[in-house]
Amino acid sequence: MAAKARNHKERHADPVSHRGAAQSPAAPSAIERVRLARNPARPQTLDYVNYLFKDFFEIHGDRRYGDDGAIVAGLAHLGRTPVAIVGQQRGRSTAERIRRNFGKPHPEGYRKAARVYELADRFGLPLITFIDTQGAEPGVGAEERGQAEAIAHNLEAMVRLGVPVVACVIGEGGSGGALALGVANTVLIQENACYSVITPEGCAAILWREATEENVTRAAEVLKLSAPDLLALGVVDEIVTEPEGGAHTAPEQAAHTLGNAIRRHLERLMKLAPAELRRARERKFAAMGSAFLVSRRVENGESIS
Amino acid sequence: MAERATKEQTGQAPAEDIWVKCPGCREIAFRKEVERNLNVCGKCGHHFRVTVAQRLAITVDRGSWREMFAELAIGDPLGFVDSRPYPIRLEQARKQSGRNDAAVTGLAAIGERPVALGLMDFEFMGGSMGVVVGEKLARLFEHALKRRLPVVVFSASGGARMQEGALSLMQMAKVSSAIARLRDARLPYISVLCDPTTGGVAASFAMLGDLNIAEPGALIGFAGRRVIEQTTNQQLPEGFQRAEFLLAHGMLDAIVPRPQMRDTLARLLADLIARRPRALRR
Ligand SMILES: [Zn+2]
Repeated sequence: MAAKARNHKERHADPVSHRGAAQSPAAPSAIERVRLARNPARPQTLDYVNYLFKDFFEIHGDRRYGDDGAIVAGLAHLGRTPVAIVGQQRGRSTAERIRRNFGKPHPEGYRKAARVYELADRFGLPLITFIDTQGAEPGVGAEERGQAEAIAHNLEAMVRLGVPVVACVIGEGGSGGALALGVANTVLIQENACYSVITPEGCAAILWREATEENVTRAAEVLKLSAPDLLALGVVDEIVTEPEGGAHTAPEQAAHTLGNAIRRHLERLMKLAPAELRRARERKFAAMGSAFLVSRRVENGESIS
Repeated sequence: MAERATKEQTGQAPAEDIWVKCPGCREIAFRKEVERNLNVCGKCGHHFRVTVAQRLAITVDRGSWREMFAELAIGDPLGFVDSRPYPIRLEQARKQSGRNDAAVTGLAAIGERPVALGLMDFEFMGGSMGVVVGEKLARLFEHALKRRLPVVVFSASGGARMQEGALSLMQMAKVSSAIARLRDARLPYISVLCDPTTGGVAASFAMLGDLNIAEPGALIGFAGRRVIEQTTNQQLPEGFQRAEFLLAHGMLDAIVPRPQMRDTLARLLADLIARRPRALRR
């Protein structure tokens, strides 16, 4: 993993993460952002843990079946504040990627996460999550051990939390497997990260039968999975800027900017009572998509019985 | 996701034919007779899919159904275009079904027990969940909480609706949040998983019942079979992702054949409501 590299000073003035700044003409296209989000050199959860937190104590296992390498969880200090951390880890070397199943969690990963959510709640620790997955593992074992139930449980568990929850989409946010870490008071997204109901490849295969490069490019476009689009839809709360060329070009600077955004939101959320935090989360997700609802008369109704 | 499932799956009794071939035992049966038998094959017990209207007719007490939130509809949040624009796709599904979207919600009685009832319409774009499905179900749970009613939801869905992008994904959290509140109020929620219940619907409200029960043979799972085969090269076990497979792996509370569903629901609702000590009621 990336060593703690605090020795060289931040060279850049901290670009304040902005709310939906207008896209410059040079802004990357949707598929370019997907590629940036998947870049193997892009900082991952454990990199941000190293850059932003102190005294990370990793918590392993779901106490049911196993320890899933695709999800890392633990306790750490953000400045002086003890916090709980949960995030997907894709891995970088081939060996690590295999050990971490390329960041695609199994049910035991989500159950480990749930255990840490409940721990955070019980001891009043703010929860910070890092979302970086193509999606939950689609496999025989995952289905046998209840992938759907594990994700569903986490959605409900996150809603209930009486502590501040800040989710950071740092790479690819793939469908329910991402949302199981995403029911937060504040959802931050890095400029070149994305968040989608389906991968562009999966979408292209369904819509146009073939995931050719052209179809995948089109799919990325129509899915509106890039940070500015998600902000406009109300799916995320704030875009966190990345260094020129993407987070991988200057990981420490990317971490610094993300850290500032996390701290700013935590400071605000930590003033709220547990019941208010839950209520705020409920309201936030209850409103998802409501702006696009219309009233349309139907003739028949269901007058059957 | 959802769109494809409609085309791939079989088992829907075609409305025009007099005869129907059972995908379970391959016998040819008289369609009227299968229908009289609640769309269950008399020879092998295969459960054909049923429409929302059929489901209501065989589940709720006659004359008790009152639909709610029927007017909720979606615009075109993404400006989504594949081979056709999303609004045109929607308009066609609306014309065919006579409803605005893929979920129907309302109040009914089952065995004289009042319930808040939700049903998914698989014929409407594969029962896919977009903002309307999420909103209707969330409102149903909220209404049940206010009126202190139990909730029953019949799921049948290929998952989240691609055409509404990340907004459809967020509906998983929206409905789960409403369920959490109902649960805190100690009101029962029975989830009935019908063929098929997959993707984002399985990974949210369908698996969050106080009791999760399924119809025999229902396809239930998170990932699609094709995705699993392609990404893992794994041989899929016999009966993979069928209700019986989930029951054997501890993921369902029970499998209930359709002819017993109404009475079973009535009995469970009675048990879960009546046995709660008075002191716990608020
Ligand atoms: Zn048969």
